[in-house]
Formats: sequence, C-alpha cells, structure tokens
Amino acid sequence: MNLLLLADGRFPAGGHAHSGGVETAVATGAVTGIGSLEEFLLGRLATTGLVSAGLAAAACTLRHPWAALDAEADARTPSPALREVSRRQGRQLLRTARALWPGSVLEGLAVSNPSPHHPVALGAASEAAGLEPLEAARAAVFNAVTGPASAAVRLLGIDPVSVHRLLAKMGPDMDDAAHLGARASDGPPAELPCPGSVLLDLFAQQHAESEMRLFAS
Amino acid sequence: MRVGVGGPVGSGKTALVAALCRELAGRLNIGVVTNDIYTTEDADFLRKQGILDNERISAVQTGCCPHTAIRDDISENLEAVEELETRLAPLDLVLLESGGDNLTATFSHGLVDRQIFVLDVSGGDKVPRKGGPSVTSADLLVINKVDLAPLVGADLEVMRRDSVAQRGDRAMIFCSLRESDGAGEISAWILSELNAWAKTNPTRG
Repeated sequence: MNLLLLADGRFPAGGHAHSGGVETAVATGAVTGIGSLEEFLLGRLATTGLVSAGLAAAACTLRHPWAALDAEADARTPSPALREVSRRQGRQLLRTARALWPGSVLEGLAVSNPSPHHPVALGAASEAAGLEPLEAARAAVFNAVTGPASAAVRLLGIDPVSVHRLLAKMGPDMDDAAHLGARASDGPPAELPCPGSVLLDLFAQQHAESEMRLFAS
Repeated sequence: MRVGVGGPVGSGKTALVAALCRELAGRLNIGVVTNDIYTTEDADFLRKQGILDNERISAVQTGCCPHTAIRDDISENLEAVEELETRLAPLDLVLLESGGDNLTATFSHGLVDRQIFVLDVSGGDKVPRKGGPSVTSADLLVINKVDLAPLVGADLEVMRRDSVAQRGDRAMIFCSLRESDGAGEISAWILSELNAWAKTNPTRG
C-alpha cells in the first residue's frame, strides 16, 4: 500500500508542478501529439527513468553512504538547472516522508543532506515505508514517466485516455527499467546505470531561463 | 502571518496586493508569493510604483493547476514562503496570491493563517449566491469595483444579502481598489487580524 501512496500523483511533495522537460518540448515543437509524446517518454524512461531507478534502489538498500549516492547523482546530472530541480524535489519529498514515516533512516538522510537528490530521497523514503529496492525503483520509473505524461495532457489537451493507453503499453518497458536499476543497486554506486540525454539537459537549461513558465521544470 | 489572496481572473488580486503593500510597507516587513503566471511585466508593475522590490516577490509555477498548488500539494508554496521568511527575516506579513481561479479554490490551512477572496461586481451580482468553498469559507470577502456597479447593472444590496446568507457574520468589504485609498478598510482588517494572530502565535514572526 505504501508503494501506491508514494507513487500516487497526489502525493504532496511538489511533483505536480514539474513537467520533466515536456513544457520546453512542447514550446519548441518537439512534442506535438501522442506520437511524439511516446518517443519523448520512451527516451525519458531509458535515460532519466533508468538513472533514477538505480539511485532509488541503491538508496533503499541502505548499503551505501548518502554522500556517495549524492556524488553519483550529481555525476549523472550535468545540467545545473536539473540538479537544482532534483534537490528541490528531494527536499520536498523528504519533508513529507519524514512526517509519514519518521525514524532513523530519514532523520539520518536529513542530517547528512537536507536537500538530497530526488531519487535518493525516494529510495530512503521507500525503505522507511517498508519497501524493497525493486519497489523503490518502480516508484522512480513510474514517476519519471507519468509526470511528463500528465504535463502533456495539460499543455496540449491530448485525450487523457490515449495518454493512459500509452502508459499501459509502456508497462513492460517500465518494469524492465526498474529491474535493471534494482539489479545494479547492490554493486558499487559508481556502476549504477548512467545513460544521459543531452536534449533533456538542454531543455532544462532553456526552461530555467524562459520567462513564460507554467511548470517549475 | 501568512495571508492567502484568491479570486477569479481580473477581479483585482494583484491590485489588492499592490494596494496593501503600498499602505502597509511603512509599518510592516512584507513579502509576496505569487502563483499567477508571473512575467517581468508584473514585477515591473510592482517595482515601478515603488511598492515592492523584486527581491521581496517570489513566483511559484503551478503546473497549470493553481488549485493544487495552494490546497492539495502546497510544497512549492511552502518552500517559497520559507525562503522569503529566512532571507528577509523577520517578516511580519506574507501575502500569497493565487492564480486566477474559480469559486472552489481555497488555500490549505497548512499554508496560510488567513484568506481573502476577491470578487468584482462586473463578474455578475449572482456570484455570491453560488457560494462554493471560496465564498463561504474565506475569512474576508472583498467585493471590488463597486464604482462599476451602475454600469454593469449589478445590485450591491443583492450581493450583500447573498454573501451574508452564505457566510454568516464573516467579514465582507465593498471597495474600489482604483480609488486612492480603496484598500484602507482592508489594511485595517489585516492589521487587526495580525494583532489577534500574534497573540496566539508568539513564536513565528
């Protein structure tokens, strides 16, 4: 049940205000409808989604020092704007999770870094909620894909049913990414998945400088 | 004290925030968080009139869902308020302006201590009768642009009667924010609420 709570778009940790790059993708004409949204989401799943899955699962194992995971998250996030966004969302998630599942894990993370990267905070929150690393990875992947999907619904007015049909179709791909991330979580943090997306990095930088913004990222 | 200012598009939320800052800035240390689509033009508007420095205004993006950002998931707003409170400490008053919204938008009690809902007569004199959480539960209902009432055929007495029926004895102020002291009564209400609030919350500035 806690996995559903954590992954729910209504979980009050600021996620609803982030488009995961979709706002800029729409503004630049890269995403115009359901077809280009599918390509965008598959790309995001294979990059941000997989990276987040690995970091969240690794955090959930409690086998790695927080500082090590923080450094690995930084290394996988070249865009300064995205680093800031990730820490901001991590801070907000940590605030909510500490109220839900108080205990030494989240207190320890807050002491080590009050603004952890979002996947690290998600992994720690998952552990505090009694979840397994694979479940943390699932939550991370689900977040990475469904957030931008609902942003596209709001920005483009695409039929929400067709967007959810797309999400359902992507289910097996999302599961694969979660498994890949979870499998790497026991090994050294430096070997966690690290695919990047130059376009998402550029979009994030562009977004941070644009004046007309409806989403926080 | 944190005060939410909500209301439909064009009802006068920004004008009210500007007027309150103009009247109270000499006496209180004020910060503003806006959830509206905020452009440099808006910032210039507040700055040009010498009302508020840019550093005192924080803009929050609501992901196209202004209701959510002030009620269901207040994380971004809390961050913005706390950041202002830390940077400009000690703040007496933070005004949180919502994005233009309909009659069901209310601020979370986790975010604000008081809330003001702004309507205007040109939106129609039947609006207070519709009720909705904003009209029924706001601590103060402001009905703006009373100077336009004869032009748009709005009956202020009807608005008053319907508001009282919806809100009981909760505060209500008719005003015209375009007049030079249009927000005088509202400033007085804020000061009196601030006084009452400070007595029950000695720890938060």
